[in-house]
Amino acid sequence: MSRQRFSGFSLLWNSLGKHQGWREQWRRAEPQAEYDAIIVGGGGHGLGTAYYLAAEHGLTRIAVLEKGWIGGGNTGRNTTIIRSNYLFDESARLYDHSVKMWEHLSQVLNYNVMFSPRGVMMLAHTVHDVQVAQRHIHANRCNGVDNEWLTPEDAKAFCPPLNIDPGLRYPVLGAALQRRGGTARHDAVAWGYARAADALGVDIIENCEVTGIRRDAGGAVEALETTRGVIRSRKVGVVAAGNTSVVLGMADVRVPLESFPLQALVSEPIKPVFPCVVMSNGIHAYISQSDKGELVIGAGTDAYTSYTQRGALHVNMHTLEAICELFPMFRRMRMLRNWGGIVDVTPDRSPIIGKTPVPGLFVNCGWGTGGFKATPGSAHVFAWTMAKDEPHPINAPFTLDRFREGHLIDEAAAAAVAH
Amino acid sequence: MSVARLPTGGQVGRDRTLRFSFDGKSYEGLQGDTLASALLANGVHLVGRSFKYHRPRGIMTAGPEEPSALVTVRRDAARSTPNLRATQVELYDGLCAVSQNRWPSLRFDLGRLTELFSPLLPAGFYYKTFMWPRTAWHQLYEPLIRRMAGLGEAPLLPDPDRYAQQHAHCEVLVVGAGPAGLAAALAASRSGARVILCDERPRFGGSLLCDDRSRIDGLAATEWVTAAIAELAQNPRVRLLPRTTAFGYFPHNHLGLSERITDHLAEPPAGLARERLWQVRAQQVVLATGSIEQPLVFPGNDRPGVMLAGAALRYLKEQAVMPGRRVVIVTICDSAYRVAFEMQAAGARVAAIIDLRPDPSPAQPDGWQQRLRQAGIAVETAARVLRTRGRGHVSAVEIGRLDAAGLPTGQRSIDCDLLLVAGGFVPSVHLFSQSRGKLRYDEALQTYLPGDSAESERSAGACRGLLSGLAAALQDGAAAGAAAANASGCAGEEPRFEIIEDSTAATAGRLPRAEAAVSGPKAFVDFQHDVMLKDLDLAMREGFRSIEHIKRYTTTGMATDQGKTSNVNALHHAARGLGKPVPSVGLTTFRMPYTPITFASFAGQARGEIFDPVRRTPMHGWAVRQGAVFEDVGMWKRARFFPRSGEDMHAAVARECRAVREGCGVFDASTLGKIVVAGPGATAFMDRFYVNDWSKLAVGRCKYGVLLRDDGFVYDDGVVARLAEDRFHVTTTTGGAARVLAMMEDYRQTEWTDLDVWLTSTTEQWAVIAVQGPRARELLAPLVDGLDISAAALPHMAVVHGTLRGMPMMLFRVSFTGELGFEVNVPSDQGAAALDAICEAGKALGLTPYGTETMHVLRAEKGFIIIGQDTDGTVTPDDVGLTWAIGKAKPDFVGKRALARPAMHAPDRKQLVGLLTRDPRVVLEEGAQVVDVPGQAPPMKLIGHVTSSYASATLGRSIALAVVAGGRARIGQTLHVPMPGGEIPVEVCAPVFYDPKGARLNV
Amino acid sequence: MLLIRCPHCGERPEPEFAYGGEAHIARPADPAAVSDDDWAAYLYLRTNAKGVHAERWRHTRGCGRFFNALRDTTTDRFIATYKSGEKRPEGLR
Repeated sequence: MSRQRFSGFSLLWNSLGKHQGWREQWRRAEPQAEYDAIIVGGGGHGLGTAYYLAAEHGLTRIAVLEKGWIGGGNTGRNTTIIRSNYLFDESARLYDHSVKMWEHLSQVLNYNVMFSPRGVMMLAHTVHDVQVAQRHIHANRCNGVDNEWLTPEDAKAFCPPLNIDPGLRYPVLGAALQRRGGTARHDAVAWGYARAADALGVDIIENCEVTGIRRDAGGAVEALETTRGVIRSRKVGVVAAGNTSVVLGMADVRVPLESFPLQALVSEPIKPVFPCVVMSNGIHAYISQSDKGELVIGAGTDAYTSYTQRGALHVNMHTLEAICELFPMFRRMRMLRNWGGIVDVTPDRSPIIGKTPVPGLFVNCGWGTGGFKATPGSAHVFAWTMAKDEPHPINAPFTLDRFREGHLIDEAAAAAVAH
Repeated sequence: MSVARLPTGGQVGRDRTLRFSFDGKSYEGLQGDTLASALLANGVHLVGRSFKYHRPRGIMTAGPEEPSALVTVRRDAARSTPNLRATQVELYDGLCAVSQNRWPSLRFDLGRLTELFSPLLPAGFYYKTFMWPRTAWHQLYEPLIRRMAGLGEAPLLPDPDRYAQQHAHCEVLVVGAGPAGLAAALAASRSGARVILCDERPRFGGSLLCDDRSRIDGLAATEWVTAAIAELAQNPRVRLLPRTTAFGYFPHNHLGLSERITDHLAEPPAGLARERLWQVRAQQVVLATGSIEQPLVFPGNDRPGVMLAGAALRYLKEQAVMPGRRVVIVTICDSAYRVAFEMQAAGARVAAIIDLRPDPSPAQPDGWQQRLRQAGIAVETAARVLRTRGRGHVSAVEIGRLDAAGLPTGQRSIDCDLLLVAGGFVPSVHLFSQSRGKLRYDEALQTYLPGDSAESERSAGACRGLLSGLAAALQDGAAAGAAAANASGCAGEEPRFEIIEDSTAATAGRLPRAEAAVSGPKAFVDFQHDVMLKDLDLAMREGFRSIEHIKRYTTTGMATDQGKTSNVNALHHAARGLGKPVPSVGLTTFRMPYTPITFASFAGQARGEIFDPVRRTPMHGWAVRQGAVFEDVGMWKRARFFPRSGEDMHAAVARECRAVREGCGVFDASTLGKIVVAGPGATAFMDRFYVNDWSKLAVGRCKYGVLLRDDGFVYDDGVVARLAEDRFHVTTTTGGAARVLAMMEDYRQTEWTDLDVWLTSTTEQWAVIAVQGPRARELLAPLVDGLDISAAALPHMAVVHGTLRGMPMMLFRVSFTGELGFEVNVPSDQGAAALDAICEAGKALGLTPYGTETMHVLRAEKGFIIIGQDTDGTVTPDDVGLTWAIGKAKPDFVGKRALARPAMHAPDRKQLVGLLTRDPRVVLEEGAQVVDVPGQAPPMKLIGHVTSSYASATLGRSIALAVVAGGRARIGQTLHVPMPGGEIPVEVCAPVFYDPKGARLNV
Repeated sequence: MLLIRCPHCGERPEPEFAYGGEAHIARPADPAAVSDDDWAAYLYLRTNAKGVHAERWRHTRGCGRFFNALRDTTTDRFIATYKSGEKRPEGLR
């Protein structure tokens, strides 16, 4: 299953043949009776896990089961912010592992995921925000993660549309800037992993929903019941984001997760005017401008659990209030499209990556509002965990057991930071 | 008169001309014109450039579905709005519009060069290249691509306009005021229901506005519209909202409406909002959103001069504009014939109708063939448009037939200056779909129609597939309106209408849509994003099989029209390409908003001062007069420090600190949360809620309370006073007041229903004036109307009721400074007077106002923690040295069980300690990290961080609090704070720097 | 913006309410007697139902009272609301 190489040259060559020579980027695989490992969930994390299982751990018979179309969940619905300036050492290591992988991902996958390290700037509006930001900056610096303090004037120079009028209701007192942070093209991540995994023999099976998990007499996983028949495997990784509770429930595994609606929106496209990513946890908004010219804006979660993939109008209104206040030149811009995803949130806002009480059943979930940035790193360490049946040192702290023991990694409580 | 304006007819005001400019050139139009109709009237067809290849773009539609004719309208530098559809912009005198996405000019656009490279730029080309060298994407390719992207430009100045918001409730909301919507509104309103009727267009009437042949109840269609509006307008229970787009359908019949108020006015009155965002909660909703005509796909279908047939009819009938003189019409359905008759009747020459159907006539009314012959209109059946010709504007079409192998035969060219396209009307199910109603595919109509509803809603008229005939739409609307009224409890009757229909207004009969497409070069599906059939084919070839994947890979349907004229053709082509029935290819989701909605209208009045309400204490004015610098704490404005002339914050804080330590200072502590816990169960409640033991606290005494969450982490703290056996006055942190009360209510109402206890927030009831310092008693004693506040009568941590200059007072003997201190609580409305009295009395004693910054320094000198600064939600009581506060004998309190978990006792938990820098002048940075092994390179082993750090004027040196792993065992050790400029050695000490025995308190 | 029927006040819009998480999770009567596992379950484990979900709401900007609701989390449709302390209604979908 050799892969067609993507390059400027191959593009030129194929243009001569009116692009008739391009082959499908991943096969339409039919489910086999048995696999060495099955990933449930065809988002970026799941497809990436399959890729690293094949590429780095030598597994050959791998399937990814996706109930809809790959990349159709939060991978294709998020605002694509990438950063690693997390407070706790465990988090910083996990997310920075990921940022380092982002920097090479296009070349590794031979698929341009358009990683654009244009800088992520997080605003401070109160003395408390400044203290929190400073603590992050110091911790990040000592952890080898870049993060620097900007005065309001520096922040304005970095992002000219920013309103630093000291008379603002919540004035900008400064900002923490991670220059290595940025954005990437979300769909390309799913497709790039799918294509690379497919080339290594991974079966990507779309429109295949898991309906049951079969276990042997010893309680270990032995097969999955799906809408396309029973598929056997003794190694199953569940990477189902908002639907994780539902899938794990089929094996009577309960996880501390709740699924909330999270909305985002884009404006109509305009000529480039916004050079970076700006986040304000204080007044709940984040914004960047896509390569197409749309302003990409994230809102907060709705208050209640829901699987509807939509949220309330007042949540968007609150977000746009903040955007209009911070960037008054965008007041006349218009919302083009609004959508919702289902985010799976843990009590400490940190993910769960590891084993479950059921032998052979693994889980990677709880990424809340910030999973996209972790895609390569998460997939990489989760593949390790599945292959070796033990956690990689980076995800070792992110166990299910931490909730029983009290070893929480509480980024939210520590910093009031929305991810 | 403009070149394409007919001398009579239309619904435009001809008594006055309106001047406007487009790309700097002046033109004239009429009242009732849109920018599009006015441009067409002036013979201007080239109005924009497409997104990717910068191809010339004309005016394709007459409504919100317009993909091509996008312009920027500029009132002034700040009031510039990009990406407006010329088809929706109402003309006013002085309107200034400019084209977009072109440089240096619309006619000569260098961006056009990209098309030279189009063979290299198929769908998704950017995923395949720009990867070498590694950093070049971000540094080289992406900036180039970004420069080409985007359409209009955002204004660089803040928008000064106002935006309003309004909530409304009604029994029946009718969306769309075409025939079905008007009939629904009439039916519902006659039942006595409160009705809201909205339509995105400036005038109600919809398709009736371009129907001057049908008659309803004996009136011409437009006259009937006038009469219907008059009836509705005089009904006080009806609200009519023209220029109002229903853009979003949210759960539980909550709809968002956007009303445009001033954009059509030459000189908007000052103070009038530009737009109003309506949030309507309707008991019943009638969707009468009509349908959208679709284009056809063939090579060169994007050339200016190619227009939807229905749009041409609207320009002709509504604005008396004839967009071309020599017309060719290409169609897959009967609707084109009416347009042909009308164009011909208005003086255009209809050169031919290219009907893709092999035999259209059986379905057509008698007499059409004769009319066509009389008019000399040739009909080519089973024919196709193979390509268009023209420089900048269509000048000819090449037609022909396709043989069995799909190859063209019998080609010939027909000259024309207008090519009308009739690809069939597709119901607008956007809002229905947003409401989560289930769509069903109708094979006969080849389109999705509303199926089962999810909300209290019904669709009426064209939007539910009634595409043929006025009578059907009107009667369907009437039935829906009456049914909606009945469902909302108003007895509605369905009105009947006498209708004589224009016999040519048929839209039935059509060819399979996918077969209508003719592939070839420049056969566009998405006109704005330049997505062609071959792009869709490429996506399918590359294995993208879900319609969502095809959409995302090619970007079809993702332009500013959100696929209103492209999704249907893309879907049918994909179904054909994949060899599947349309319904099994999937359907892209209809998302809010229906058409783009201004950001500021969502923000409304929430800007500047009222972005978020400001909470001010009763003594705020005093602080302002004292020159305070404020900080935001939650919604509160708190005085941070009171600089005197020439002082910076450090100087002011040093002075304020000295004043408190040496004499007395006054501080506004009103923002602290205050909750009264009262009732027979009050003591039990407090015992269960806080870690402390409250049973032994005497009436009139206070105690420092610590609150945990049930996960064992410190949540809040504050002094609690026992005012009576069954009554506690609880104080909380400023930011924690609301959440502590909410948490108390949760436990009171849902866990401890056995307790008879009431909770009342009294934060706003009391103004709190802290008077602190060795001379505090001396100051207050003469003010408190004879109350004995001696150390014996009112010891530390006691409370007493009394009066202060006659004002009712609760006086607390408490201290957050380590000095002799009092907190004077008086009713809020007397706070300012009480403070004035205190300040007046304090003059002789050098009473000094101090702010939160000084408060922080003074408490840090004493090692008192601040929740949220020295704690962060991961801290146990023991971590911050508060084990002493826990009532050891209590069987349970909130958080007690969680404290027994193993991780809560780990030896490496971070514990609160003091840090003293070796150099007393060095003040550590708050948030700085602590290591025990110096000289590490990142990533270092971090063992803690600095939580609070100040220059202490009292001690003449810097002090810091920190949480450090196993910190209490490290007292006396030297640790290191790695900073960019080098490591700072620090000595670990106990976290109390001043008066550790509390001698100064107990005086 | 949901429309929520407070059992005490009637239908009111969502901003008047605060969501209170899953309903019918009682705090153990004797916390000292439960295991670490059970305590963690009480603190953190939630059904996260996809479908009918019993949940708490508080009419914070109204009567201030907690009550329970059955809501379908796949549609956000409310099936029933009932007073705090009452049993979950049976048989409703």
